[in-house]
Amino acid sequence: MNASKLSVIGQSLPKIDAWAKVTGETKYADDMVLPRMAHAKLLRSPHPHALIRRIDTTRAAALPGVYAVITGRDLPRVKFGIMPVSQDEEALCVEKVRMVGDAVAAVAAVDEETAERAARLIEVDYEPLKPLMSIEESLASPDVRIHEYGDGPNVHKAVSLQFGDVEAAFAGSHLVREDVFYFEGNTHLPMEQHAAVAHWGPDGKLTLWSSTQTPHYVHRLLSKILDTPQAHIRVVAAPVGGGFGGKLDPFAHEIAACKLSQVTGRPVKITLTREEVFYVHRGRHPVLMWVKTGFARDGGITGMHFRSWLDGGAYGSYGVASTFYTGVLQTVTYKIPVYKFEGARVFTNKPPCGPKRGHGTPQPRFAVECQIDKAAEQLGLDPADMRRRNLTEPFTKTANHLTISTTGLGECIDRVVEASGWRQKRGKLPPGRGIGIACSAYLTGAGSAIYWNDMPHSGAVVRADRSGLVAVLCGATDIGQGSDSILAYLVAEVLGIQPKDIRVHPADTDLTPVDLGSYSSRVTLMAGNAAIQAATHLRARIFEAAAKKLEVAPDQLAARDRRVFVIDDPEKGMSFAEAVVLGESMHGVLAFPGSYAPPKRAGKYKGGGVGPSPCYSFTACVVEVDVDAETGDVKPAEIWIAHDVGRALNPLLVEGQTEGSVYMGLGEALMEEQVFRKGVHKSPSMLDYKSPTTLETPEIHTILVETDDPEGPFGAKEAGQGPLLPVPPAVANAVHDAVGVRIDEIPISPDKVIRALELKRQGKLPRVGPEKLPLFTFPVPKAVESAFGLPAEEISVRPFDPQRSFGA
Amino acid sequence: MKTQLTLKVNGERRDLIVAAHKTLLEVLREDLNLTGTKHGCELGECGTCTVLVDGLPVLSCLALPVELQGREIKTVEGMAENGRLHPLQQAFAELGAAQCGYCTPGILLTAEALLAGNTAPTRDEVREALAGNLCRCTGYTKILEAVELAALRMHGARA
Repeated sequence: MNASKLSVIGQSLPKIDAWAKVTGETKYADDMVLPRMAHAKLLRSPHPHALIRRIDTTRAAALPGVYAVITGRDLPRVKFGIMPVSQDEEALCVEKVRMVGDAVAAVAAVDEETAERAARLIEVDYEPLKPLMSIEESLASPDVRIHEYGDGPNVHKAVSLQFGDVEAAFAGSHLVREDVFYFEGNTHLPMEQHAAVAHWGPDGKLTLWSSTQTPHYVHRLLSKILDTPQAHIRVVAAPVGGGFGGKLDPFAHEIAACKLSQVTGRPVKITLTREEVFYVHRGRHPVLMWVKTGFARDGGITGMHFRSWLDGGAYGSYGVASTFYTGVLQTVTYKIPVYKFEGARVFTNKPPCGPKRGHGTPQPRFAVECQIDKAAEQLGLDPADMRRRNLTEPFTKTANHLTISTTGLGECIDRVVEASGWRQKRGKLPPGRGIGIACSAYLTGAGSAIYWNDMPHSGAVVRADRSGLVAVLCGATDIGQGSDSILAYLVAEVLGIQPKDIRVHPADTDLTPVDLGSYSSRVTLMAGNAAIQAATHLRARIFEAAAKKLEVAPDQLAARDRRVFVIDDPEKGMSFAEAVVLGESMHGVLAFPGSYAPPKRAGKYKGGGVGPSPCYSFTACVVEVDVDAETGDVKPAEIWIAHDVGRALNPLLVEGQTEGSVYMGLGEALMEEQVFRKGVHKSPSMLDYKSPTTLETPEIHTILVETDDPEGPFGAKEAGQGPLLPVPPAVANAVHDAVGVRIDEIPISPDKVIRALELKRQGKLPRVGPEKLPLFTFPVPKAVESAFGLPAEEISVRPFDPQRSFGA
Repeated sequence: MKTQLTLKVNGERRDLIVAAHKTLLEVLREDLNLTGTKHGCELGECGTCTVLVDGLPVLSCLALPVELQGREIKTVEGMAENGRLHPLQQAFAELGAAQCGYCTPGILLTAEALLAGNTAPTRDEVREALAGNLCRCTGYTKILEAVELAALRMHGARA
């Protein structure tokens, strides 16, 4: 028996909830039914921008079967928002609506149909205002104000950061390029429409079950919004039927359900229609980008100046963070000695944008990777070689003071170049077929919480029952990425048992220690480290008792194959369950907590809190496409993607995350767009909002690269978001290789390809993309010295060392 | 207006009194408590609510129960027999074909219909059969692999 070899980690095991999911037993929020439950509907604004003169609910309230009708005047008059600096939302608007889809009233009734009929009977007298539907329109209309706060008329946030002298770097560069790019907005489109069930009990305590990715933040904000002590509110995240960032804010429907439950004395369920999900949004920001980069003759980047303008929509949401994220990770992917970033987020009368998979980083990735492709062409370099020349060094700092621990980007590039046959294909494929490459880096969890505090970001309790069952209680939310399973694998490995011996109880603010939520690819690392710490404490107590019985020292023991045994004499030992009984006899009930907070590495400058992460994942992607010159249709033929995941805790799940990211990136690259006409969403249905089916999704070859990061649980880094980032630019670069045109705008839809090919035929610059930039003065940046190349500060000790733990 | 009807669901006869305009999706979920059938759009666009009627995939959000009396309706709850999972369910679980799991019931039933008529489909045939079922999590890869594995286990190696 080899005591030091891992037995669960690294295995391609089924998820612990796989059986419930394939039998239809998983209970999503809308599957819940409670006795006496009422059904609710929201009435939403048909105007993109209007004052509310009067709301008359008389006729609705009189409809038989209606239990209650509420408006914003029935709620505490307090604005809220997910970011402390952007408290600008109302669950039910009182004086003004800022987008089509803003909720103004809510109804609870005997069934959904009655609630819907009643909602239509509510009379709202609106006074329409001029809608501002684009960045340009909002900046050019200072007399029309969507909000009364921000960094200027209709400017939510404007930021400037400077690390070193970029102008000097440009002056000394062999080549300086300025390029402009645009990334259209798109939405998460989770298969499950948001749903919630609220029950405000006769004891005055509220329970909300919701399809949310962040029960903790909902818990916190409900207290403020409903003016009720947080201790009297319980939020339970139901299994989430797809999130991708779309279920990360507190939403009007959740708040309305809570209030309606209070006033009716009944449980209240509310489920959004598909159309409402499009209006709830919080998806990918449309971003206009200007990037100026200096290059040495050998392709090395000498400095970069990046500007972004984000179309934020009607509310703040996560937008301040999104704005920074369009600027902060450029320096992690490649060596950029000096760097300047300016960004502005503008309010428009459209559904608010927020965090979608990759949060603010796929857009700049598209810009930078396409520009590098153009520079490589000018410099006569192979684009893959040029990227390899610009790799960041492990255990160093970036210009903007981010700490990089491990990086496997070089290996990722080599592996996709090799697997795809890049050297044989690039520039040599038949007309209409092309190949492109791009790279990226992404966070493994945000280093700062949304609200500043000194508490853990994640916690877990691991409890051993005298039966041998182990329960893991953790606030983390499984949104399909498999976080419950990951917790089970980690705890099983530490305790030497199997995932089947473990039950995971997630995401219940009454029962589980906190976890901040399923966002920023943080759960495996943060909740995982917390669970490992808890399990390690538990194991120590069990070992202490077992060692006494076996008359050896505790450090001579190992746990594996459901046994606790002496490392040098494996026959000498006992079952795990017997060891638990001894442990409970010696120590009393066995339940131990673990906590995790990321290292405090925020740069010492304003804005330095966005970007730090315990570690970063890296990805390289090669895409081969066919471009139909007649129709402009771009068909991806094959994709190779190599992802540095630190360590694949379960390769099957990591592949699944990678494939899903590639798919979603392809949808964004080629077809998905959230666009509006006269204030109204052009395609608020799954038929009109095009997303890839099985027929549009090509073969995806996933290569996992392991770098064993000292910060991650068993060395693991993130997998769920990073692999999306390089896909859109790799597609764009492949289109250029195929037909010699540059599409500097996402999505690369057939009309743009045709237009570019027409320009090419006319002998003009074969490029389609944004032509001009808005007039806007960014704030003057406070110059901060570049930290580029400085050695990383001390990397925190891995909370759990598998070698030591297994006594090897 | 309510109507009385008898449906045969997962081999069981079920007598119901429901509003005549209720869809099969609503009746399954709300009146029969078979919540394994999910809804993604309720407009026939996403395939999530797929069930089998006489062995063929039907979008339950567009089907009216009053027209389905006497027909064999099968939902995901009817796939396992006597506590034994259908080979498709087993393969989907083993190969990670269900991430969030929300589209899974509809895809499983569509795949069951495919394998009933084609014991050894090629990957393109599986793609074609599942083209009406959206999945936002998996990138479809593991789903295609799981259908192929199930076909192999049910019917042996391809000829």
